[in-house]
Amino acid sequence: MERLTLTVTDNRQIANGIWEMKLSGCTAACRPGQFVNLMIGDNFLRRPISVCNWEDGILTLAYKIVGKGTSEMAAMKPGAAIDTLVPLGNGFDTSVDCGSALLVGGGIGTAPLYMLARTLAAKGCKVTLVTGYRNAGEIFFADEFKALGIDVLVATEDGSCGTKGFVTDAIRQNAVDYDYIYACGPMPMMKALCAATDTAGEMSLEERMGCGFGICMGCTCKTMTGGKRICKEGPVFKREDIIW
Amino acid sequence: MVDISTSLGKVQLDNPVIPASGTFGFGLEMAEVYDINILGSISVKGTTREARLGNPTPRIAECPSGLINSVGLQNPGIDAVISHELPELRKVFHKPIIANISGFSVDEYAHCCSLIDKEEQVEIIEVNISCPNVHNGGMAFGTDPVAAAEVTAAVKAVTTKPVFIKLSPNVTDIAAIAKACEAAGADGITLINTLLGMRIDTRRRRPVIANKMGGFSGRAIFPVAVRMVWQVAQACSIPVMGCGGVSSASDVIEMMMAGASAVQVGAENLRNPYACKEIIEALPREMESLGINSLKEIIGIVK
Repeated sequence: MERLTLTVTDNRQIANGIWEMKLSGCTAACRPGQFVNLMIGDNFLRRPISVCNWEDGILTLAYKIVGKGTSEMAAMKPGAAIDTLVPLGNGFDTSVDCGSALLVGGGIGTAPLYMLARTLAAKGCKVTLVTGYRNAGEIFFADEFKALGIDVLVATEDGSCGTKGFVTDAIRQNAVDYDYIYACGPMPMMKALCAATDTAGEMSLEERMGCGFGICMGCTCKTMTGGKRICKEGPVFKREDIIW
Repeated sequence: MVDISTSLGKVQLDNPVIPASGTFGFGLEMAEVYDINILGSISVKGTTREARLGNPTPRIAECPSGLINSVGLQNPGIDAVISHELPELRKVFHKPIIANISGFSVDEYAHCCSLIDKEEQVEIIEVNISCPNVHNGGMAFGTDPVAAAEVTAAVKAVTTKPVFIKLSPNVTDIAAIAKACEAAGADGITLINTLLGMRIDTRRRRPVIANKMGGFSGRAIFPVAVRMVWQVAQACSIPVMGCGGVSSASDVIEMMMAGASAVQVGAENLRNPYACKEIIEALPREMESLGINSLKEIIGIVK
């Protein structure tokens, strides 16, 4: 973990309620699935946001406006400086020997899957991304994912784009072939995913955090192997370690 | 060259800055961030007889200038702390530490303190009778002078180490509780623990914290802490460790003028992992600007 002052170079809305921020000066290397913790305005605690991409010192974040902190974040202009703790958490295990990976994202949970997809595709793994949204207006990064040359499937609850229904419906209808799963999204989505398949994999969890670097025990979750700090031992856990 | 050293009774400290229990783990994570040997000491994570997973999540709620936590004394239990956490901490922190003990009965406090008494690394035992996040324990002992004295006496009977009792601010007469602890043999007082607080998610119409209420800490509580440190320092003759909302070298000096011999930094560590380091580094300059040559000369100077 380092504390860096990053500079906003771009900050724009990319879908309903979803924004993309680019930050320069990120000299600390980030792995897919890790997160950063941002000091925004005069808020007491930092805001933990997953790494969407890290490339050539540029950190890309895709974030959803959910409250005061993220609203203030969306109002930031290029040139603004952000005190950032980076990188945090364990990230996805990209050393897994898998021929074809299934990446499943729900809503804003799709954000950390971009760098994961890019990393897996670069090492020759066949990647299928299945993303679920409430409606077509929430879809983001569609072109960016396609540019990686991976298969992309979409499910929307209202049927306004792709399969009508949930990610599990899209996986079943398209007979997706895979031997390992990476997922990030709402707990009900990941629970349904695990109920639908026995394939090995790992999932990224979230919780309200105090510090983000393992000292306050604010985000501890119960796992099959005891209490784990989502910010430190996580946010990514093997599926068999998660208690649903 | 100003003198930033201080003492807690017979215990000498290079400087008064000590991370508060529960905001620094057992030091290992922080040792990767900076050289923690610059600290005066460390009050390590509160320890109970049995291992505890703590309360359900969410355990954290943000507030203006602070936060509410409801961790609920998550810790690996006294045996694991002694066999694993303390030896690991010894590798990265070479000064004596403050062990923070919590419990649900007088027997449990005494049991844990009798075990920690044998640890050479521990120079002070801080007995937490003020945790607001557990039922039938913790704070119940800290809100009644008779119960506070009972815990103090039981702990003093099983250890020769200095015992500081960590008090709750959720009382009407803090001086009465402190005096009861002093009369029962306490070597010092740490205060304040968190203030009982609550936030409500107005969209979902339910508490933010799973346990409904939690302990409020952070910059917002600093004036309450200064007031209570001053009241206890006026009422007692044993040393006081001041705690609550400290975020700067200026706060450290203010707390010491109120009567604290050393100062704990808590919630600030959560937002700024370098908080203690920055405060220690800023202390000499702050003292010079106020014409203070030695911290010892300002302890309790405000009457």
